[in-house]
Amino acid sequence: MAELNFKKGLKDGVPIALGYLSVSFTFGITAVNMGIPPITAILISLTNVTSAGQVAGIGIIAAHGGFAEMALAQLIINMRYALMSLSLSQKLDDKYGLLHRITTAFCVTDEVFAVASGKSGEIPAKYMYGLITLPYLFWSGGTAVGAFLGSILPDMIKSALGIAIYGMFIAIFIPPSKKSRGVTCVVVMAAALSWFIYYLPALDFISSGISIIICTVIAAALGALLFPRREEEADSE
Amino acid sequence: MSDALYLFISVAVMALVTYLIRMLPLAAFRKKIKNKFVLDFLYYVPYAVLAAMTIPAVFYSSNSILSAAAGFLVAAVLAFFERGLLTVAVCACGGVFLTELVMRLF
Repeated sequence: MAELNFKKGLKDGVPIALGYLSVSFTFGITAVNMGIPPITAILISLTNVTSAGQVAGIGIIAAHGGFAEMALAQLIINMRYALMSLSLSQKLDDKYGLLHRITTAFCVTDEVFAVASGKSGEIPAKYMYGLITLPYLFWSGGTAVGAFLGSILPDMIKSALGIAIYGMFIAIFIPPSKKSRGVTCVVVMAAALSWFIYYLPALDFISSGISIIICTVIAAALGALLFPRREEEADSE
Repeated sequence: MSDALYLFISVAVMALVTYLIRMLPLAAFRKKIKNKFVLDFLYYVPYAVLAAMTIPAVFYSSNSILSAAAGFLVAAVLAFFERGLLTVAVCACGGVFLTELVMRLF
């Protein structure tokens, strides 16, 4: 098996980076469509490196939401990273010191986590630096291209590209829904709640960020209560 | 508060919270979570987040609800047949584009 060095990390990062390019491109377009300045959109991608949290974030900014709402929304939406970081922390090698942990932490995305945790044996810091380099550059670069090029694209193209990021979300939550009744119910509950909050006039005071938090906490908690996973399911993560 | 300051603080809050969530467990915790409910809850969180963010926002992601619904349908069918993220996203865009093209003809 190839040594887990910087170069191997770079190579493993290529497919992740290519996937990020299209999503970050549409994130840039979506952000500018919502009235976010291109520079702000790029700054968000440079400092956050996460799709769902960023989309929710620009929604809150566009609606002029409060900072507490923003912090709470990011906390709930990105809570899964705590679990991934926790899991990853058990896999790092002895020389992977505190400084390296602090510097590589900002780029623990779903895909980076998936690739890193799929490696057998312990992970050295140099491999991690290699793995996150291209995804990070493509994530930020794609956002810049989308944010600046978005304004010169014809209206019909912009309109069509607006759905891309939701297409990606759909491609993430539908396949596991086929295999797990728990996931199906969580998805249906969250979607239904979100729908009600959006359309019931009495609930108009609930902003988009708060709505995502409410839907997520209720649906995921009900899922954990009603559809606890068996030990072997949980272990195969 | 000026717009620039509001934007800057918003982005700083986003970035800081997101970073701390990732960094703290990686830097500080060495023990594994044992609580079954917490583990299951965390497992379901991404699916709940994505579903809540998609519905109903996806229907307002293009110039008309009709074209967005067509794109959503294309994405849902392709995702059901487990096509990759890129394929699903690109075909959903194609669905929106073609629908708006047809709508222009009438």
